[in-house]
Amino acid sequence: MTESSAPAASPETGQIDPVRVARGIRSRSLRKSLELDGGYLSQSCSSAEILAVLYTRLMRLGPSIAPPMPPPYSGVPGPDNPDHFPGDRYNGPHTPELDRFIFSPTHYSLSLYCALVEIGRLDAAALDLVEVDGHVMERIGAEHSPGIAVTSGSFGQSLSQAAGIAFARREKGETGHTWIFMSDGELQEGQTWETVASCSFHGIDNLTAIIDVNGQQCDGEMESIMQTEPIVERLEAFGANVLEIDGNDIDALTAIPEARIPGKTLFVVARTNPMCGMPELEPRLPELHYVIFSDPEEKQRFERRLSLLEGAAS
Amino acid sequence: MSESGNYVLRPHHSNFPRFAAAHPDVYGVTADLTRPCELGLFRDLYPERCISLGMAEQNMIGFAGGMAREGLIPYVHTFGVFTTRRVIDQIEMAVAYPNLPVKMLGFLPGIISPGGATHHAIDDVSLMRSIPNMTVIDAGDATEIESVLEAAYRHPGPVYVRMNRGRMRRLFPTEEPLQIDRVRRLSVGEDLTVFSSGLITEHAIRAVEVLKERGLSVEHVHISTLKPFNDPQIADSLRRGRLGSISIENHLITGGLGSALAEKIADEGIGTKLVRIGLRDTYAHGADPEYLLRLHEMDALAVVRSAEDLLGDRLGIEPEDLGSVGFESTRASYRADAL
Repeated sequence: MTESSAPAASPETGQIDPVRVARGIRSRSLRKSLELDGGYLSQSCSSAEILAVLYTRLMRLGPSIAPPMPPPYSGVPGPDNPDHFPGDRYNGPHTPELDRFIFSPTHYSLSLYCALVEIGRLDAAALDLVEVDGHVMERIGAEHSPGIAVTSGSFGQSLSQAAGIAFARREKGETGHTWIFMSDGELQEGQTWETVASCSFHGIDNLTAIIDVNGQQCDGEMESIMQTEPIVERLEAFGANVLEIDGNDIDALTAIPEARIPGKTLFVVARTNPMCGMPELEPRLPELHYVIFSDPEEKQRFERRLSLLEGAAS
Repeated sequence: MSESGNYVLRPHHSNFPRFAAAHPDVYGVTADLTRPCELGLFRDLYPERCISLGMAEQNMIGFAGGMAREGLIPYVHTFGVFTTRRVIDQIEMAVAYPNLPVKMLGFLPGIISPGGATHHAIDDVSLMRSIPNMTVIDAGDATEIESVLEAAYRHPGPVYVRMNRGRMRRLFPTEEPLQIDRVRRLSVGEDLTVFSSGLITEHAIRAVEVLKERGLSVEHVHISTLKPFNDPQIADSLRRGRLGSISIENHLITGGLGSALAEKIADEGIGTKLVRIGLRDTYAHGADPEYLLRLHEMDALAVVRSAEDLLGDRLGIEPEDLGSVGFESTRASYRADAL
């Protein structure tokens, strides 16, 4: 299958600095969360480098085929709605040689929207539409939201769909790769393990899964909610090719394609820090899932962090 | 219609490969029930298009959704219970919401298998009928089991089909294939109307024949599409029955054919009575089909007794007057593959 070990970014994004993109994801996510008095902030902190490197270094995507300002919500896909607008169009056209991107944990939508702004696929003003009724920039996006290909807020389901997509693309002789971004919480769903087994059994090697292992879930620290470790050994036992890296390390993320082995699906266990770049989150431990700003003093501390992040970006 | 009395042995077994030969984008997808869902010949003829995903139905549905996104047409083969209640969220999110052409064939409909509660799809129509974008079909004989593949293929969205395997009566001529949202009017009458869906139509035919012999004018409508439910003949036939209507389904009386008819009565403002025959708020256990249908009063005799109730009179019809209907005994030597 695809053996493109050399970094092969999209022509238009290849020159964009992933460090700058990651910083922008954090600052824009924080600004938006302060405006809304809440947000999935720790997810932006853990995933910023992963999304930045995916879009600037790893995925071969064509230019966006969607307007920089997303059109209003156009309804559910169905026989009576030819106007349904797929959010995947922000990831470019579906052609045999280009890559596909499946964004699984849609609770990370804000982080993705900010990434799309940073790399120029979405207008910065589109963030004004986040959580506005009648628009597609939803808190937990679906396949009409920018950058999102499948409706995957019910966790553990999109790896199956990515595997089916990769399988079908192999059947059709397509050379493009399929990427999926997952969260570690999805490893608690049984369906995920059904899929890892099927990927190994069918030798689906045109698929790479990057798992943001930030160790956090809704109720708190993952290992205190349900044992999920040892993730690497579990994946390997299911026949996967596993690469374990620091998921906030740009260079380690950039080197992901070098780990590919023919005949095996590559799962990247990307160990991340859910407070990376935002130490103000620490007093909220062990519950980082969704941050609601109710204490004015705390909000001031985050506003000072925002000044630092935006100052560094300028 | 013709009621030739012909039996067809394992129609899907030979028909699916024939159908797939004409459609290179069709894939058979299976979760460890390849031969039990009569997919064995297809696997032998087209191994590269027969995708084994093991006993893992949740992944199978999502995987099929991914295939369909890329232009392949997966026909998922498993038992009705496993492709409905076990995977309802996967169907809704990976197939129904995006309106993808995944065709789900659910074998062992209702209580006509010896597998008991674990294998009896008694609520599958109800569950699938409640899902937006979903089309729901209950195949009623060998002709419908054969022709439903093409009908589902031509329909652009997701389709759930109640199938069965093994020896099957051919009730409808092969030149009259199943058409989505088109009913079959098997008898014209004015005293009462019988609606039946799926394989249990054979029971209804038997009952209607005997009722007509005793002088009742009976309308009989066979319904193969439970959703959509828009054929105008349905409302017309509900209006025709002077005494009312009877529905019979191999399913709970809630959420399936009887409920769909009750909704139609309400929507159209039809002033009529509807007697619903089916499983009544219970599970069944593992036994022979005819035994279970009698036990739960879901057979030809139940239709006769309901007609007598509507009439307010007894017609002197005894079980032996109805003859044998011929659901394959699961203890017979020619029984289909294992559960």
